Amino acid sequence: MSDVRIIMGNEAAALAVKLARPGVIAAYPITPQTKLAEILSEYVEAGELKAEYVRVESEHSSLTVCIAASTVGARVFTATSSNGLLYMHEQLHWAAGSRLPVVMCCVNRGVGAPWSIFNDQQDSFSQRDTGWIQIYCRDNQEILDTVLQAYRIAEEVYLPVMVCYDGFVLSHTMMPVDVPDEELVRKFLPPYRPPDPLSPDRPVTINPVFFPSRRENAEGVLCDGYMEMRWKMQNALERSGETIRKASDEWAKLSGRDHGGMLWEYRTADADLLLTGMGSIATEATLAADALRAEGIRAGVVGIRVFRPFPGKEAVRAFAKARAVAVFEKCISYGYEGGVSSDLKAAFYGTGITAPIHDYIAGLGGRDVKTRELVEAGRATVAAVEAGDRENKLIWLNCRTE
Amino acid sequence: MSETIFKVNEKEYILPGNRACQGCGLSLAYRYILKALRENTIVGIPPSCLCVLHGLYPTTSVTVPALNTTFAGNAASAAGMAAGLRALNKTDITVLALSGDGGTYDIGIQSLSGAAERNTDFIFACYDNEAYMNTGTQRSGATPLGALTSTTPILTKQDPKKDFLKIMEAHHIPYLATVSPAYPIDLYDKFVKAKKIRGTRYIQIDTPCPPGWGYPTKDTVRIGQLAVETGLFILFEIEDGRFRFTGRSKTMAERGGKLLPLVGYVERQSRFRKMSMEQLGTLQAWVNGRWEECLKRAEG
Ligand SMILES: Cc1ncc(C[n+]2csc(CCOP(=O)(O)OP(=O)(O)O)c2C)c(N)n1
Ligand code: SF4
Ligand SMILES: [Mg+2]
Repeated sequence: MSDVRIIMGNEAAALAVKLARPGVIAAYPITPQTKLAEILSEYVEAGELKAEYVRVESEHSSLTVCIAASTVGARVFTATSSNGLLYMHEQLHWAAGSRLPVVMCCVNRGVGAPWSIFNDQQDSFSQRDTGWIQIYCRDNQEILDTVLQAYRIAEEVYLPVMVCYDGFVLSHTMMPVDVPDEELVRKFLPPYRPPDPLSPDRPVTINPVFFPSRRENAEGVLCDGYMEMRWKMQNALERSGETIRKASDEWAKLSGRDHGGMLWEYRTADADLLLTGMGSIATEATLAADALRAEGIRAGVVGIRVFRPFPGKEAVRAFAKARAVAVFEKCISYGYEGGVSSDLKAAFYGTGITAPIHDYIAGLGGRDVKTRELVEAGRATVAAVEAGDRENKLIWLNCRTE
Repeated sequence: MSETIFKVNEKEYILPGNRACQGCGLSLAYRYILKALRENTIVGIPPSCLCVLHGLYPTTSVTVPALNTTFAGNAASAAGMAAGLRALNKTDITVLALSGDGGTYDIGIQSLSGAAERNTDFIFACYDNEAYMNTGTQRSGATPLGALTSTTPILTKQDPKKDFLKIMEAHHIPYLATVSPAYPIDLYDKFVKAKKIRGTRYIQIDTPCPPGWGYPTKDTVRIGQLAVETGLFILFEIEDGRFRFTGRSKTMAERGGKLLPLVGYVERQSRFRKMSMEQLGTLQAWVNGRWEECLKRAEG
């Protein structure tokens, strides 16, 4: 039975959360996430969702509440944007280090200073190294489906998952979304059964001080030191790709909707120029690819869906035949270049991929990115490469730079 | 109400041999807190001496479950446990957040105030050793006027201690109390009572600290008693807005309300060795004023 509604991204996320039935929700409002926090409180107060909604006094606390509730065995949800996510930084590390299946939506927004309420991805990008899985959504349907997948993934690999989607571009834009029924969701996502929740039946001290070296427990068994714990987290992240792909495939089988596992491709088979990016800008790139093809440039798109763990191997396969690459990204590691661009170059090193990479920093603080501008960028990249210019470039798109 | 030591729960929840210093006021208090709350309790811990007391992975000397969290987050973490347990219908477990004065008065005030304003169903207890002891005795908002700390090493602390009990009282929570490990029965009874109350219960514990305060380890109980007998620390409880003296402070109030002079407390601790007469006078005046205020409150 299909139930297609014309809704905004925040409502798509809220509907997914309702379907996932978390026991505890904690959130603090910030534009453009606010509506999501509001809709969820409405579900809870109306009795449509039986959950403890903790109306915390800050984002640091919203994630802390989720971490602790998850520790005692509840399924949890939180959401934020921009400076709210930055304010959570300490707890982002804590959630991942605790190996808890916390699911959060990051409604992407630029960070201050100066203030901007508009979209870019600097917020979640700057939390890249906290140990969270990060998935970027293209459209509102993908938001709903990805939140459900996020719980499946998190509860299998014991890592927190951040579902990222662009503020306003998706959060406040109406699109048709097919809302799955509860039965279908139940098949895909059974109720959470934590293996060993903290309780008086299991009196342990969680996350005490670890020493650098391994130490013996009371029975003389040598236990992990800090580094072993950290290696396990890295290992779990490296291996989580398999779970992410499986969750995506299974959901595709059940719902008929496949958003790609780690990355997705559009008209790449014969492409000379590959455009790439994360989130809605990658969707826009598909329109640009069509337009470029109409001009005779064989363009395609590789959309990076999962940023952490980074799909390096898939990327090598997907970009193997490209002659030029244009990365469009709404974030930058200041003092160097965009994060996707850096990761792609690292993945390509030593694989024989020599296509020049033009890194276009675009849409910061909500600066409009039109398909026409992506087309022009693609054209310029091809022209440079055809003229024999093999340099990688960093270009601020649609920005006055003198 | 158990009025004698013989009625105290005999079971021990802290095994012999923990990592706190000899003569630690916190150790003493914690032992009686857990006796009062018993096994169906989960403790929230921020970075502090309490975290150290619990031991290094993979061993601990504490037999109740505990969750470490970040410095600012203990109240929110305990609120999260309370919410999670309620979501799972586990309503018979007591959640205790136990923070030092730094984790309460300073970096922890935001999440505590939020949790108290929401009347979170938990006990938040602050063990107040009047400085950041875990990091080596730096000044906190709870450090008294005139005390030397490692960040007020020459001039002593120039600002008076934050009146945190007033701040917590302004949250109009169902239960607020002060306790001292020097009076373990009073401490025990208050935690037993707090356990039965729903909503936010705030308990402040005066925990003398030999290395941080500078007195011999054998004197912890004596220092704790002097704090009460000088009126610097008053034993009371406020239940649904009603103020009541308890224990030693109650007897003192009933027997004419005389306080020992503060100097007898101050001169026994090397942290006050640079305290000026003026500072001592200011502190004494504050103590006298507050004692009068409490005596009036107890009457009316
Ligand atoms: C965000 C953060 N800032 C600073 C610290 C360092 N730190 C650890 S414990 C502590 C002092 C704790 O003081 P208090 O809460 O009074 O407890 P005590 O050590 O006195 O028992 C400090 C400053 C930290 N762990 N986290
Ligand atoms: S420094 Fe003070 S509070 Fe900390 S363990 Fe030692 S005696 Fe106890
Ligand atoms: Mg302290």
